[in-house]
Amino acid sequence: MLRNGLTLGATATLAALMGTTALSAQEEETITIGGLATLEGPFAAPGEDGLRGVELAIEEFGGEIAGHPIEMITASSDGNPDVALESARRLVEQDGADIMIGPLSGSEGIRIAQYAKEQPGTTFLNGGSAAIETTLVDPAENFFRFNTEGAQWTAPLGEYVVNERGWDNIVIVSEDYSFPYAQIFGFMATYCEAGGTVQDKYFTPVGNNDYSSVIAQLPLETGEVDGMYVVLGGSDAVNFLSQYAQMGGQLPIVGGTNVTDQTVLTTQGPARELLPGILSSGPVSDNADLEAWQEFVQRYQDYFGDEGLPSPSLFASNYYTNTKAALLALQEVEGDLSNDHEALNEALSNLEFTSPTGPVSLNENRQATAAIYINEVVEQADGSLALEPLERIEEVDQYLGLGREAYMELGLPSRDNPSCPS
Amino acid sequence: MEALLDINWRLFAIVTLNGLTLASLYFIVASGFSLIFGLMRVVNMAHGSLYLLGAYIGFEVSEATGSWLLGIAAAAVVVGAAGAALQVSILSWMQGQDLRQALATIGVSIVAADLMLAQWGGSAYQITLPGAVSSFVPVPVAGRYAMARLMLIGFALVIGIGLWLMLNRTRVGMLIRAGVDDRRMLEALGVNVPLVFVGVFAIGAGLAGVAGVIGGSVLSVSPGEDARYLLSSLIVVIVGGMGSIPGAAIGALLVAMAETYGLAYTPTYGIVYTFAIMVAVLAVRPQGLLGRAA
Repeated sequence: MLRNGLTLGATATLAALMGTTALSAQEEETITIGGLATLEGPFAAPGEDGLRGVELAIEEFGGEIAGHPIEMITASSDGNPDVALESARRLVEQDGADIMIGPLSGSEGIRIAQYAKEQPGTTFLNGGSAAIETTLVDPAENFFRFNTEGAQWTAPLGEYVVNERGWDNIVIVSEDYSFPYAQIFGFMATYCEAGGTVQDKYFTPVGNNDYSSVIAQLPLETGEVDGMYVVLGGSDAVNFLSQYAQMGGQLPIVGGTNVTDQTVLTTQGPARELLPGILSSGPVSDNADLEAWQEFVQRYQDYFGDEGLPSPSLFASNYYTNTKAALLALQEVEGDLSNDHEALNEALSNLEFTSPTGPVSLNENRQATAAIYINEVVEQADGSLALEPLERIEEVDQYLGLGREAYMELGLPSRDNPSCPS
Repeated sequence: MEALLDINWRLFAIVTLNGLTLASLYFIVASGFSLIFGLMRVVNMAHGSLYLLGAYIGFEVSEATGSWLLGIAAAAVVVGAAGAALQVSILSWMQGQDLRQALATIGVSIVAADLMLAQWGGSAYQITLPGAVSSFVPVPVAGRYAMARLMLIGFALVIGIGLWLMLNRTRVGMLIRAGVDDRRMLEALGVNVPLVFVGVFAIGAGLAGVAGVIGGSVLSVSPGEDARYLLSSLIVVIVGGMGSIPGAAIGALLVAMAETYGLAYTPTYGIVYTFAIMVAVLAVRPQGLLGRAA
């Protein structure tokens, strides 16, 4: 009996080993999609919602493409690029993922795009990460980003606050890593152009929870300074806003995309008082009257019910969009992964489709061009907070409409670049 | 020029107050950690989890009852009980094996972090403070300062003095100090040492729970805070001296001051100062500023 069990086990192992090599010639081979998101650390809730997006897209295609069953495997990171790389290696090199969807955070994305170059036999699609460099600096041939990035998200907002709100002098409070740099970069590109100045920028480490020393240096009400641009995410945003409110701060706020994400909008306590009225911009607007968006929200709510968020987050939307792109391209090539995914990668490069936030296409760097919303946080009838669209800007491209040459002259974002002092 | 000087003094005063309040929070967390270590030589790596658990319990209870003080009381009791349970069910089986206990508590902290993530999710909560303390008080030079933060300093003083009195003026304190010096002799005198251990563990854990509620009110609660406060407690007791309550106070002051001044004046290097202090102390006085040589 024991011997039988052993033989059986050995056979199964052998079969599993053969599965990855011998069966690849057959038609109905399973296609494995590896989902990578932050299921630990401060971005755990966004990561969880991101993977819901992947699941939802696969379910939409009935779990198979051209007879190939689609299998989803997942791995976790915590926002740290090294951890993300380790998890990606496991998915690709040990678990044999054919297509990777992920990661979530900015600096992780830069690292994974570098890793993609070492793995030409795997197709990488971004998840939610939105640093500029990922698809700008020496982009990998097999890394595709069907979501727009941090600078694209905020570019329309800079101009808007100057023209519509009449602001021309602000202070900036931001976390100190690649994604907030991108958000400041996009914002300032149009803000400075429109005649605005930035009096000061305050950078704090990610996960800092006592902001009082920064707040002590900020104006509490309008005067010389018209407003404050806050680029913080998750608990950082909650901590900063509640402490600023506790100190009696009343400066009008424009937010980076994450400040108005559902993970922050669902918070309680003093921070909540400051949230209604905050302007922000990004690819998603909770109350957009776009048919594709409403369909997506409906499908999300039907499929996940109480398990999910009341409304899909930015991250669910971005992960869903990237996964759907992969599945549409797979459908087009009927699951043909031969020759290092040549046909699939070609199909992805030329793919255009309607995402939950409208039409999306890629440029020569395999970076998405899509619409961006300018939003205002409003209180709904049921007391919850949501993003109300003020304006929709179509086809914001990677170069923010400046053209490649002019854009490249701006240099790469950092703490000091750009700057437009008074 | 005059205006510039004026602004700088105000900022300096506020930053100093911030440093004091942060030090108070660090002290409350680290004093429990240090107390447990002083008696039992257990490096309780789950101390941060106890902090986080206290914060979540304080949040739930104060939301449900509307009373912040009840939240504090509930957190102290429940987390104290959790600490006692940890000692009885896991650590007592490996009493005296420091390394094994440290590893076991790391395991507990990982499991606890996942359980709390499953229960409370990834978003940040804030515990609502009673109206009486969510106001401002005029402070010389600084202008005005949040009452809630000043209250933190008061809490730390009460807890610090209370602990000192308990350790130096009561019978229980005498037992604990005797246990630190000579466990076997104490046992030979007929004292139920394992029971003293459980009691001390409960007090230390309860302090972490209370700190969680206070920290969750003045700052906020979210996953990851456990590791943050474990790290700060470790640094505080390494600097101040393992097992010494006055040492924890001095360590907390040094670490928090370095952190706040660093963040205000040289944001990039804030974290470096903390570790520089730790390295300096370890190099010159490895047992910590007020620690006794092993």
